[in-house]
Amino acid sequence: MDMPIPRPERLARKAELAAALRRHLPQEAVIDTPAQLRAYECDALAAYRCPPMLAVLPSTTEEVAQILRLCHEMDVPVVPRGAGTSLAGGSLPTADSVILGVARMNAVLEADYANRVVRVQSGRTNLSVTGAVEEEGFFYAPDPSSQLACAIAGNIAMNSGGAHCLKYGVTTNNLLGVTLVMMDGTICEIGGAHLDAGGLDLLGVICGSEGQLGVVTEATLRILPKPEGARPMLLAFDSNEVAGACVSDIIKAGILPVAIEFMDRPCIQACEDFAHAGYPDCEALLIVEVEGSEAEIADQLGRIAAIARRHDPLELREARDAEEAGRIWLGRKSAFGAMGQINDYMCLDGTIPVTELPHVLKRIGEMSVEYGLRVANVFHAGDGNMHPLILYNANTPGELETCEAFGAEILKLCVEVGGCLTGEHGVGIEKRDLMWHQYGAADMEAQMAVKDVFDPAWLLNPAKVFPLDASDGRRAVLAAAE
Amino acid sequence: MRVETEAELAETIAAAGAPLRIRGGGTRDVGRSVDGEVLETGGLTGISLYEPGALTMVAGAGTPLAEIEAALAAEGQRLAFEPGDWRGLLGTEGVSTIGGVVAANASGPRRIQAGACRDFMLGVRFVDGMGQVVKNGGRVMKNVTGYDLVKLLCGSWGTLGVLTEVSFKVLPKAEATGVLRCDGLDDATAVTVLSRALGSPWEVTGAAHLQKGPEGAPVTMIRLEGLQDSVTYRCEALRQRLADIGDFTVETDPERAAVDWVHVRDVGPFQGRAGDVWRVSVTPGAAPDLVARIAGAEALYDWGGGLIWLLLPEGQGAEAIRGAVAETGGHATLFRASKARRQQGAVFPPQPEPLARIEAGLRAKFDPRGVLNPGLMG
Repeated sequence: MDMPIPRPERLARKAELAAALRRHLPQEAVIDTPAQLRAYECDALAAYRCPPMLAVLPSTTEEVAQILRLCHEMDVPVVPRGAGTSLAGGSLPTADSVILGVARMNAVLEADYANRVVRVQSGRTNLSVTGAVEEEGFFYAPDPSSQLACAIAGNIAMNSGGAHCLKYGVTTNNLLGVTLVMMDGTICEIGGAHLDAGGLDLLGVICGSEGQLGVVTEATLRILPKPEGARPMLLAFDSNEVAGACVSDIIKAGILPVAIEFMDRPCIQACEDFAHAGYPDCEALLIVEVEGSEAEIADQLGRIAAIARRHDPLELREARDAEEAGRIWLGRKSAFGAMGQINDYMCLDGTIPVTELPHVLKRIGEMSVEYGLRVANVFHAGDGNMHPLILYNANTPGELETCEAFGAEILKLCVEVGGCLTGEHGVGIEKRDLMWHQYGAADMEAQMAVKDVFDPAWLLNPAKVFPLDASDGRRAVLAAAE
Repeated sequence: MRVETEAELAETIAAAGAPLRIRGGGTRDVGRSVDGEVLETGGLTGISLYEPGALTMVAGAGTPLAEIEAALAAEGQRLAFEPGDWRGLLGTEGVSTIGGVVAANASGPRRIQAGACRDFMLGVRFVDGMGQVVKNGGRVMKNVTGYDLVKLLCGSWGTLGVLTEVSFKVLPKAEATGVLRCDGLDDATAVTVLSRALGSPWEVTGAAHLQKGPEGAPVTMIRLEGLQDSVTYRCEALRQRLADIGDFTVETDPERAAVDWVHVRDVGPFQGRAGDVWRVSVTPGAAPDLVARIAGAEALYDWGGGLIWLLLPEGQGAEAIRGAVAETGGHATLFRASKARRQQGAVFPPQPEPLARIEAGLRAKFDPRGVLNPGLMG
């Protein structure tokens, strides 16, 4: 993975920048020792590491503005960081950059139940947003797997999804307003507690812009009343094709479950060995969850079961109580942990049209043989967001590269069948160089033009999202202008 | 000028030496009128892909909305964001197109539960102001590959690019609908009731209050949709929860329910009546006070109070409305007024700095020569 070469003139100003930052921030908020900086050398894409020049941990929007203003003046790139859980390398620094971490900014500023919104500082973790409002019967819907750890700032940067977004949507559908600090230190209030934009939908383009347009310090989020109850059903099939067809039939029948999760045999086995959830011995397994009152749940699950029976399921298991529901989810929720036990793994995130599921799974199986690496599939089937997990051994020379090549082939396949490179993790550095497979020059230019407006000097998280050969011109022009 | 293909549109825009008025079906005449040659996109028609099992459709921007709705209805599906038909309100004629719906981000009562038009858009193709064809997004339900220009284009009224194709998510039609109705509530009580309903676990998909209902008296309406038994259960549960504030009746006739919500969606109470119509987006709790401050206004509250339609005598109330919104947060658009009035003052809400600078910057990038509906959004 190529990253821009650190510029010596920036590295030379480290002490000067640290001193300037300390004039505006508490001493301990500016981190400059090599030992401490190691904590910021990578995110959850741990195969790539590089300690930043400095790290800063502001506590207020004004401090963020000061930091950005100083870095802007001194021509130093800034890499924003939420909780560091990005699987795409979204907060991987370069050696000449400053990590701006929002972890200290985790307050709930206002919870307004009558209007069903909550305003939080962006460093607050996803799950603790729900934690702050659940006593009043509300929750924050987007639920990425890392929700215990990941920050709202990162959720906004990557437009994170989760298992339940089939019904509730992803971050962008639940975000109403942000306080955004631009690279030159300008503070913008965009949106608010109302439901739409008065002018252009700037919020729509900020969400998912991977920290390249500004640093979000506060967010107004939609909260929803908790459903009366929820219950999963487990469906086992003897082929991926049949499971895929069942998903399509459930959706066509007009039932919209909150989640439809899919696991294939390698994944089921690994989860079973790890978590002993009691999953049946089968090729493909669906977990379908519905919500409502007891009677409503029974009605929906009855209809789903009737559809599933037309596909000759090997097993059809309805949770009778909370414990059984917990066991049905146990394996799925421990999938990533289970994989981690077996081996190092790379988690992909391509999305495909739901109708292409059987074909794509078959091709992935064939490629697995070609590349000599095992792959397990676990994903959100209702919306076609796949998470193939490729197992490799980081200690075997060359295996990471083989794994990356395999991963790239899978993502190209996703694009080929009408899908995309990433459904909820973001491009980061991981899929950056694959962007040419999805977008042409004009498409890429239109996106980069947006960054030109927000961050003309290309200092915010500059080496992400766009292939370096696409963004080079912009960064080179600016270097030449200095 | 009327174009039949994307290539033709691209050539036309690239060759344009003067401003163009972009026109889909001509039914959504909102904003400052643009002096320029009319460029009609109604030729870019056709549903190119519809996969009911994947809940997705792809269509040319000029495809009539009615054609799309008919195709969806045949499969028991619908556009869940409930785009309105504004011809009655705006006094326009013509055939609404899906491109026009997206350019206006037209979203009806179900916005509070299902989301707005922008929330259902999966991908766009458009021609920018330089005549370049750009695509963004795709046709899958989850996509974070690169920046989301789909949302930026949605609601940009043809000022950043001219849409040629849109792909979007659709949803199953509800099996049953139930409407709770209560007459005679004042605005503040009505919004309190709507908030309480929206804070219940029963997934309200419509929450409106009409100061003047069909019989001239105030009517408050709450809609529930879903499986038959579920709707019956939820209507009764909600009726009981609201019983201490108002005496709600339950309407389950699907025809009647449909008519009532089309009336809200299309701003029925103000159709065919003279005066200016304002569209105000605020926090629901702030809505009744805001309306009370606007002398001479009649109001229709949708989105639980978060969307207010105001009817005022021509030329009145602009300052009061903008002043009130400046205090409550949110924004106000002069949605319907004579062409002359729309040329004089701001129609869309003036953006504060630094947002105005950002918007101007984006326009300069996407339409550097200012040929696409220049000035329409102010």
